[in-house]
Amino acid sequence: MTLKEIKDLVQGEIICGEEYLDQQIECVFASDLMSDVLTLKDVNNLLLLTGLSNLQSIRTCEMSDINFLLIVRGKEVTEEMQELAEDNDMVVIRTGFSMYKTAGILYGAGLPAVY
Amino acid sequence: MNFVYHVEGGDFTNAGSTSSQVKRMLKKIGVSPEIVKKTVVALYEAEVNIVAHAYRGDITVDLEEDHIKIVLDDEGPGIPDIDRAMQKGYSTASQKVREMGFGAGMGLPNIKNNSDSLNITSEVGKGTRIELINYFQ
Repeated sequence: MTLKEIKDLVQGEIICGEEYLDQQIECVFASDLMSDVLTLKDVNNLLLLTGLSNLQSIRTCEMSDINFLLIVRGKEVTEEMQELAEDNDMVVIRTGFSMYKTAGILYGAGLPAVY
Repeated sequence: MNFVYHVEGGDFTNAGSTSSQVKRMLKKIGVSPEIVKKTVVALYEAEVNIVAHAYRGDITVDLEEDHIKIVLDDEGPGIPDIDRAMQKGYSTASQKVREMGFGAGMGLPNIKNNSDSLNITSEVGKGTRIELINYFQ
């Protein structure tokens, strides 16, 4: 599934990385705990769902080689976060939906969990 | 090659900036992506630990041909029981740290899982020293 399709399914808005919306996503991980995210080994074409919207969620993606981030619950994305995400060529999408609803929609549309 | 970075306790805005610089450096010299990732994940957890628990610290990165050695020396409260701190789920983190997405007692286990060699020493009331080595092959 492409990021563009994901964005449409969750009625999301693009914060940055619009030029990468045709990228394919193969699996999803959802967590507000960054130490859990840091345990992931295979993150190729992985989308991270999180309700944690701060510099550390972007830093964690940077360290984990995760390029695609979907922020749930409509949390604010600061300019600093956006700059850091852009520096790392990340796609950041935001949805007003809750974590459970977002995960349910994506899982129902056929996107599997990372494990 | 030796590089020294300073980290301030409580400075969550910059937490991870050293890890970011080290990541760029390792990528630039052509270290494999898997080894870059395990090194910076270990370093990032350790860097966040300084920000979360210590007053200040220095990170010394020694880059050799076949390995990287990272020493994190902090001035802080120290760890009274390292074995206990190494257990998954044990945490003394503040609410502020938890709001940052950490503090679930996974930091030291994550560091261990991503290091080829790890040595932790600590003195209560003085600080903690973490030495980790990762080989490039």
